[in-house]
Amino acid sequence: MTNFINNFGIILYATLIYTTPLLYAALGSCFSEVSGVVNIGIEGMMTAGAFTGTVVAYFTGNPWIGFLCGGLAGAFFGMLHAIATVNLGADQTIAGTAINMLGPGIVIMIAKVMFNSTDTIPLEASMKIPRLFRGVFDTATVFGRFMDNVFANYASTYLVFLAVLIVWFVFYKTRFGLRLRACGEHPQACETLGINVLRMRFLCVCISGFLAGLGGACVTMAISTQFRPISIVGQGFIAIAAVIFGKFRPQGALLGCLLFGFCSGLKVVLGGSSGVNMQLISMIPYVVTVIVLILFVGKSRVPSANGKPFVKSK
Amino acid sequence: MKKILALVLALCMVFALAACGSSSSSSSSSAPAAAAKTKIGMVTDVGGVNDKSFNQTSWEGLQALAAEDSSFEVNYLESKTDADYQTNINTFIDEGYDLVICVGYMLADATREAAEANPEQKFAIIDDSSIDLPNVACLMFAQEQASYLVGLVAGSVTESKTVGYVQGMVSDAMNLFGIGYITGVLEACPDATVLQYNANSFGDSAGGSTAAKDMITKGADVIYHAAGGTGMGVIEACNEEGIWAIGVDTDQSILAPDHVITSAMKRVDVASQDISKAVKDGTFAAGVHMYDLSNGGVDLAPTRDHIPADVLETVEAAKAAIIAGEKSVPTSTADCPAFTLG
Repeated sequence: MTNFINNFGIILYATLIYTTPLLYAALGSCFSEVSGVVNIGIEGMMTAGAFTGTVVAYFTGNPWIGFLCGGLAGAFFGMLHAIATVNLGADQTIAGTAINMLGPGIVIMIAKVMFNSTDTIPLEASMKIPRLFRGVFDTATVFGRFMDNVFANYASTYLVFLAVLIVWFVFYKTRFGLRLRACGEHPQACETLGINVLRMRFLCVCISGFLAGLGGACVTMAISTQFRPISIVGQGFIAIAAVIFGKFRPQGALLGCLLFGFCSGLKVVLGGSSGVNMQLISMIPYVVTVIVLILFVGKSRVPSANGKPFVKSK
Repeated sequence: MKKILALVLALCMVFALAACGSSSSSSSSSAPAAAAKTKIGMVTDVGGVNDKSFNQTSWEGLQALAAEDSSFEVNYLESKTDADYQTNINTFIDEGYDLVICVGYMLADATREAAEANPEQKFAIIDDSSIDLPNVACLMFAQEQASYLVGLVAGSVTESKTVGYVQGMVSDAMNLFGIGYITGVLEACPDATVLQYNANSFGDSAGGSTAAKDMITKGADVIYHAAGGTGMGVIEACNEEGIWAIGVDTDQSILAPDHVITSAMKRVDVASQDISKAVKDGTFAAGVHMYDLSNGGVDLAPTRDHIPADVLETVEAAKAAIIAGEKSVPTSTADCPAFTLG
């Protein structure tokens, strides 16, 4: 029983720790895709956020300024993507690929100039995103340890769940959200109703970058304490997959990220205790995702106008 | 408009590539001198010269050597992809370098080909022992010995008699870390439990954090990692939970000064300096050069403030016994049944 509670606690811990950065990025991806702009540059925006977050936190000593600046760095790359795709009507996939190359490229160059190294200087405890409810639970008892593993989590984790709620509300309960969704479904109709489609999309792609940047900052400011070129390796693409999995809805993306996080937790618990080959265990998150996609999710409906540049009618 | 955009995007991509792949330009130290210089060229693997690991350590060793003895001229070329190895090696050969140091087993094939094609050229390769040619020196490290010493530390300081170990990948070379560590732990504390986890990745810090949390939940109070970037998560989880972490390859106490008790160091800098000096003195010898405790090739990290004095004595005694040949650390999984990852 003790073992079960311990393992369960660890799986939940892993679910949360893996989910947090993915979910920020996935919410970002939702904004962009739903407004009608394909954004595969999430990975590059995360890298920019991951680097900027640690650097700013290191120099200001304040994790929250760092976290915010991580988001802004992501938003900057989001803006580049928006200028290329929304204003200039470039191919969205190619522009996103360019962002994925540009983000890490610029970041590593700046790191080399600033630190004479590709890694940043490790953050001290006070510069990191704090853990809430630390020391509240008595870790000497099994139950206390369980509670500590699950709830004494980074503030960024609590924030991301709040963010899901906010994004859901914005999407489905506000006028802004309705317009945003309409821009991705039928931009011409929006235009005839006097909605500025280009401005809407521009804004959404910037928000998308901002959220992705926050996601990147979680990796380097919470889970570890420094940026390394390998800090962001594929999380951005998994986030995009989670959005498709979740049928382009924030609540769906939440489930997608949680599923992936849960399977990653399972991987650690199984890999640590059973004799099963680790190569096989490492496949669990991916195999489960594919199976769930096939069996339960059904066809994901892409916003009709997604990926199509909008040209203002003359 | 489209054309301008295409141009901008193309520039972006060129810029990005240039940023990733900048310093192929090499930096050379020491002023020109009249006397013939011993020219040492180092080719990195794709990790690059700032990898906080063997490329960087090796280059720092060479720089220190050149600073100390002006008859050395040292230079490096960074490899961005596997395709660069051959080109970089050939660049040094063409420029008449006395020794080409290839950092990492990934360069083994390129080194072998170049060495066969240029039998007069001297080569050294780090972390590979597969090349048996009269002009190639293979610099190998006894990782199990350093791991054994940190294992002794872990076994001595654990109060819960439970310690953890996270490995980045299962392979013969990586397993040496675990075998040495576990041997050390069990020698210092025979009834200790060693929790083991193979992350199967060198870049999964969330996985490292989770594995460490798992071990801490199960009672571990010291965790050693040999898992690169995954280990960053391990060290940070230990730091937050207030237990001891043990670093690897370099002195990792900078990552968590209060909770990294020690690190198992691999002195790639010493090895590259030695082989460079041998070339200068004309004593270059091909074949495998084993760097172990006896020649300072592996050791505990210099930061030792957290290790209790009596434990440090035990470790020093064990080190002396290994150097004197009175004791040996097992290198195969068969000799260390407690190691379960292999």
